[in-house]
Amino acid sequence: MRIFDPHIHMTSRTTDDYQRMHAAGVRAVVEPSFWLGQPRTNVGSFCDYFDALLGWEPFRASQYGIAHHATIGLNPKEANDARCREVLDVLPRYLAKDRVVAVGELGYDSMTPEEDDVFAVQLGLAAEHGLPALVHTPHRDKLAGTRRTLDVVRESALEPGAVLVDHLNEMTVGVVAESGCWMGFSVYPDTKMDEHRMVEILRRYGLDRMIVNSAADWGNSDPLKTRRVAETMLAAGYTADDVDRVLWRNPVEFYGRSGRLELPETDAPVETEPGDLVGAGATFLGNSVLRGARE
Amino acid sequence: MSPVTTQDAIVQVASDPDTIDRHFPAAARTAAREGLDGDVAREALLLAVPGPAAYVVDAVRRVYDHGDAAERRAVLLALPALDAPDRANAIGDGALPIVRDALRTNDTRLVAAALGPYAAAHLDADAWRQAVLKVLFTGIPVEQVAGLAERADDELARMVRDYAAEREAAGRVVTPDARTVLDLSLAHRAD
Repeated sequence: MRIFDPHIHMTSRTTDDYQRMHAAGVRAVVEPSFWLGQPRTNVGSFCDYFDALLGWEPFRASQYGIAHHATIGLNPKEANDARCREVLDVLPRYLAKDRVVAVGELGYDSMTPEEDDVFAVQLGLAAEHGLPALVHTPHRDKLAGTRRTLDVVRESALEPGAVLVDHLNEMTVGVVAESGCWMGFSVYPDTKMDEHRMVEILRRYGLDRMIVNSAADWGNSDPLKTRRVAETMLAAGYTADDVDRVLWRNPVEFYGRSGRLELPETDAPVETEPGDLVGAGATFLGNSVLRGARE
Repeated sequence: MSPVTTQDAIVQVASDPDTIDRHFPAAARTAAREGLDGDVAREALLLAVPGPAAYVVDAVRRVYDHGDAAERRAVLLALPALDAPDRANAIGDGALPIVRDALRTNDTRLVAAALGPYAAAHLDADAWRQAVLKVLFTGIPVEQVAGLAERADDELARMVRDYAAEREAAGRVVTPDARTVLDLSLAHRAD
C-alpha cells in the first residue's frame, strides 16, 4: 500500500515517526507552513522556518525513504499581527522553489478584516505562480467560516479545482462539495474527524476530490491516521484501488497541478475482488492489512 | 510566469544580473524540461554574472542565502569554476563564508559539496581539518573531499587517531575511510 499524506507538520515530529510512517506505506508528504504554537514577531523567523521546510526537513525525510514537499504562506492566526505582514513581501521568492507545491495554509482563524486581506492577496499570488492553494477552515464558527472561505475563493483568480479546503466535517463538507473545490479531512485521535466517520463521508459523497490527511503536528495527533483510514475503508468493503485513489492518486492529482511533485517509484495496487479483502484475517498482497501488519 | 529556456536565462543574467534572483530557483525545472542537468544550468547562470569579483561574490552569496538545499548545493559546486584562474573576475576567497555556512549544517549533501577544490584551495587548516573529521563522523565517502592527499597533515593524523581510539573504546567499528585519512596524513609526513 502506498500512502501520500497531503498535510503533516513533520518539523514537529521525531525520526521514530518517519520510520513508522515508512513502514506503514507512507512514501510522500506535503508539509504546509503554519504557526508553531509560539507566535512569531518578525519576518526573519518566518524565513528561517520556510528555509527549514525546503532544506533540513526534506533531507531528514529522504533519509527515511519519504519524499517531502511544502506549501508556503502566511497563516491566518499570524496574519493578525502587523509585525508579520512583511512575510507577504518575501513570499514570491519562496513560491518559485522546486518543492513548493501550493500556497498555504491560508484561510480564516477569527475572520478578521486582516485575515480577509491576507487571504485574498495570497490567492492572487497562487494564481500568479501557477500554484494551487491549501485553505485551512477555522476551529470556531466553522460553517460560517467555510462559507466565507468559499466566497473569497469565488472572487479570486483561482478556479475551484485549484483549491483544497481542509479540516472539513459533516457540517461543512456539503458546501465544499457543491463549490467544486477539493475536500480535505484531518483524521485525529479526538477532534476534527475520525476514520469511521471518514468512511461514512466517503460513502455519502463519493471518492472524487476527496483528500485524507493526518495533519499531525505538536498537538495530540497521529501520523499513522492515513493508514488507519485505508484499513477502515478496506474493512468497509472498498477495494485496494479505491484506497489507492483516496490515499495516493487524489493528492498526487491535486498537488501535481504545481508541476513540482518529485515522487519515488511506487506500484499501484493489483486489483482484486472486493470480497477478498473483507473480514477478519483477510490479507492483501500477503499482508494482513486489517490488523495493521507492516509490509 | 512565462517559461524561458536555459539559454534565454543565461543571456538575460549576462545583460541584467539581478534577474538571476528569478532564474536561479526555476533553473533545475527548466533544465529538466530540456533534458539538461540542473546543477550545470545553475553554474552557467552564475558564470554569466558580469562585473568585478566583488560584485560576483555578492550575487553568489545572495543566491546561496536565498536558496533551498538544491540551490545551495549547486552554488557550492560552482565555486571552483567561478574561481578559475583564467577568469578576470575570479572570486578568490570571497565565497568562504558560504563554505563555512554549509560546513555548519548537518545536511551531508551540503557538507560534501562544500569540500570541493574551492575549499581545498582556500579554507584555513583548522576549519579544513574539522570538516574532514565531520565527513568521517557523518559517513560522507571520503573520496568526495578534494585535495585530501595534499592537505592531510600531522594534526589531522592526531585527530583521526583520537577518533579511532574513541570508536574502539566504545566497541564500534573504525571505518576504512578513517584509516584512509590516517594513511594519507602519515604519507604526507614521509614526503
